[in-house]
Amino acid sequence: MTTDQKQASTDRELTGSEILLRCLIEEKVEFIFGYPGGAVLPIYDSLYYGSIKHILYRHEQGAIHAADGYARATGKPGVVIATSGPGATNLVTGIATAQMDSIPLVCITGNVPQNLIGTDAFQEADITGITMPITKHSYLVQDVRDLPRVVKEAFHIATTGRPGPVLIDIPKDVSNAKAPFSYPETVSIRGYQPTTNPHPLQIEKLQQAIAESKRPLILAGGGVVTSGADQQLIAFAERAQIPVTTTLMGIGGFPGTHPLWLGMPGMHGTVAANRALLECDLLIGIGARFDDRVTMGRIDKFATGAKIVHIDIDPAEIGKNVDTYIPIVGDVKRVLETALKDPPVSQSQAWLEKLKGLKQQYPLTYKQSDNMLKPQWVIQHLYETTGGDAIVTTDVGQHQMWVAQYFRFSRPRSLISSGGLGTMGFGFPAAIGAQLAYPDRTVISVTGDGGFQMTAQELAVVALANIPVKVAIINNQCLGMVRQWQEVFYQRRYSEVDLSGSPDFVKLAEAYGVKGLRARTVDEARQAWREALDHPGPVVIDFQVDPEENVYPMVAPGAGLDEMMLGDEKA
Amino acid sequence: MRHIISILVNNQPRVLARVASLFGRRNFNIESISVGESEEPGLSRIVIVTHGDARTMEQVSKHLHKLIDVIKVQDLSIQQSVARELLLVKVGATASNRAEIQGIIEPFRASVVDVGINSLMIQATGDREKLDALIELLRPYGIKELARTGITALPRSMQIQPKAQMHA
Ligand SMILES: Cc1ncc(C[n+]2csc(CCOP(=O)(O)OP(=O)(O)O)c2C)c(N)n1
Repeated sequence: MTTDQKQASTDRELTGSEILLRCLIEEKVEFIFGYPGGAVLPIYDSLYYGSIKHILYRHEQGAIHAADGYARATGKPGVVIATSGPGATNLVTGIATAQMDSIPLVCITGNVPQNLIGTDAFQEADITGITMPITKHSYLVQDVRDLPRVVKEAFHIATTGRPGPVLIDIPKDVSNAKAPFSYPETVSIRGYQPTTNPHPLQIEKLQQAIAESKRPLILAGGGVVTSGADQQLIAFAERAQIPVTTTLMGIGGFPGTHPLWLGMPGMHGTVAANRALLECDLLIGIGARFDDRVTMGRIDKFATGAKIVHIDIDPAEIGKNVDTYIPIVGDVKRVLETALKDPPVSQSQAWLEKLKGLKQQYPLTYKQSDNMLKPQWVIQHLYETTGGDAIVTTDVGQHQMWVAQYFRFSRPRSLISSGGLGTMGFGFPAAIGAQLAYPDRTVISVTGDGGFQMTAQELAVVALANIPVKVAIINNQCLGMVRQWQEVFYQRRYSEVDLSGSPDFVKLAEAYGVKGLRARTVDEARQAWREALDHPGPVVIDFQVDPEENVYPMVAPGAGLDEMMLGDEKA
Repeated sequence: MRHIISILVNNQPRVLARVASLFGRRNFNIESISVGESEEPGLSRIVIVTHGDARTMEQVSKHLHKLIDVIKVQDLSIQQSVARELLLVKVGATASNRAEIQGIIEPFRASVVDVGINSLMIQATGDREKLDALIELLRPYGIKELARTGITALPRSMQIQPKAQMHA
């Protein structure tokens, strides 16, 4: 080889950070959500000339929740980058949030150079160790030549089977090292072969159980949304004549306006949904994991007279919380498609009549007031003015439950909420991610005055990029859901739930250059919301609501679904 | 019931931590754990002894399968298998009772692997009960130090009668 030839061949080599960016382009990544720092300087340098849009958040937690919101809204993986040490540890809550709700994320962290790993070097944290229990899988890249394979595998693992977050930790020397680039076309991971096609025999058993049943019920969860099985679910439920209840994560997976829909089950579920769970003779769990917010952890009181069918892509979910009569492992969409080929019909007429009666007898209600704005009214108003097509993100607390109860979502991926982990501070940044994916849709971040203050700094992002998210703060001047529990279970000993000292949210918005509005009455609320919808940019609306309002129905933890508290209006 | 779980894994950094942390996080107990190379380059075999009913064992196995680096999971206690552990024990010994100790360990096919002025180091392999018995016999001489490896195991080639059926 002449010196010239040698020169040419090293020229064709790329640095690790360039390779990473090329891999992300191969994966058709649109946005990177992130925050720079020492250990990711080479990566940010490569981004400088790149074509991928990077959005600079104000806190890594904001960045990862935004990536998560993008993923939930689109079904595509979200990508987040953070630096070593504090940058990486700031991702932890977001990673756990995504893991609990099976959201595909690829989280890229920088790390100190390998010769410093394990020495407690400046800004070193063992992030693969810290996040091991809250990721689907993780990689510490030790050789730049592994990088393309690792990225390919990471995207594959994050998005297939039961999706989840995958972490790639890249030491700075690996980002700087050079290697020739080629992106693998296929992935083969010996220990990872998710089952997507259901066993035909199990489907037959399901069909037979449906044909025999008189009181069947479908419990649909987030798996329906994840696998894109909403149309199949509607066809299946209609054909077999089975009523449907959707968990918080399943909301939108079945239209909230459909006559077969019973509402949400569980702790804040409807009477019809919970009675159906108690009395059904066949319970078909579809992509739902029988979480304790649904079963109340009282398996002894849950669907006791029912044969339980459990359909899930993750075999480990089956038999984890409830004993299963017919287990069906597979992708929910494929399972329903297979079942639809030979559709059974249940003998459920009397049952459907009964449930319809319960829906009429026990609708969700609240007491209107002349002088105070009711939070439920606000949610209902947002629904009526946007028609169920808006994307709504929530934080965690009372407002989250009111959204689940009063907003009739008509399509999947339109309610974005932290179900499994219940992460306050999630909703507003998640709304930014969703709005970036769908610039033309109405994206509403319904949030509490508590939760909003956990990530309010991301107002800078919506202001700067003119991202038209509408932030509806359901401001009850307290940590509402905690206050409710203290009222009901701790004899009104209100310990540390008063949010006095919160900023004037209108002024806070204005300080960032965002439009701020306030509403204290129904008329003001109507007007402010109209104004917000008409405004082309981001808006924060401070809805000052009745601070004493509670979420009903409610089942106390440890009680069975038969012990529902209905609230003053119905008592 | 006591179970011996054999797990074939990619020999990747942290794979043992992933497996052990899964047991900890899911509240499954570990009685012993041993790891070493397997017959295939790049793969290791982890053998874990644990306790639980059939439902727990099903969960253990399913959750292990979820780990990307786990290739195969077998419950060796529901088939015929050979399970062994290694014991090293240092007992007090004087010139006068050395022969007596030799006599005790001989039926166990244990051997003396180191001799000190006031002690003997004994090596033994076998199943847990056998090693427990040997330790009890040696206890009167004074146990100075003791180390056990935890169980490693393989299924027998000839499965004359599956154990699961024997219990049924
Ligand atoms: C990060 C985090 N910390 C604490 C909690 C516990 N928590 C659940 S609901 C709630 C109150 C939320 O208050 P707010 O955001 O004002 O909403 P509201 O219930 O009033 O609608 C708290 C503190 C949580 N879910 N997440």
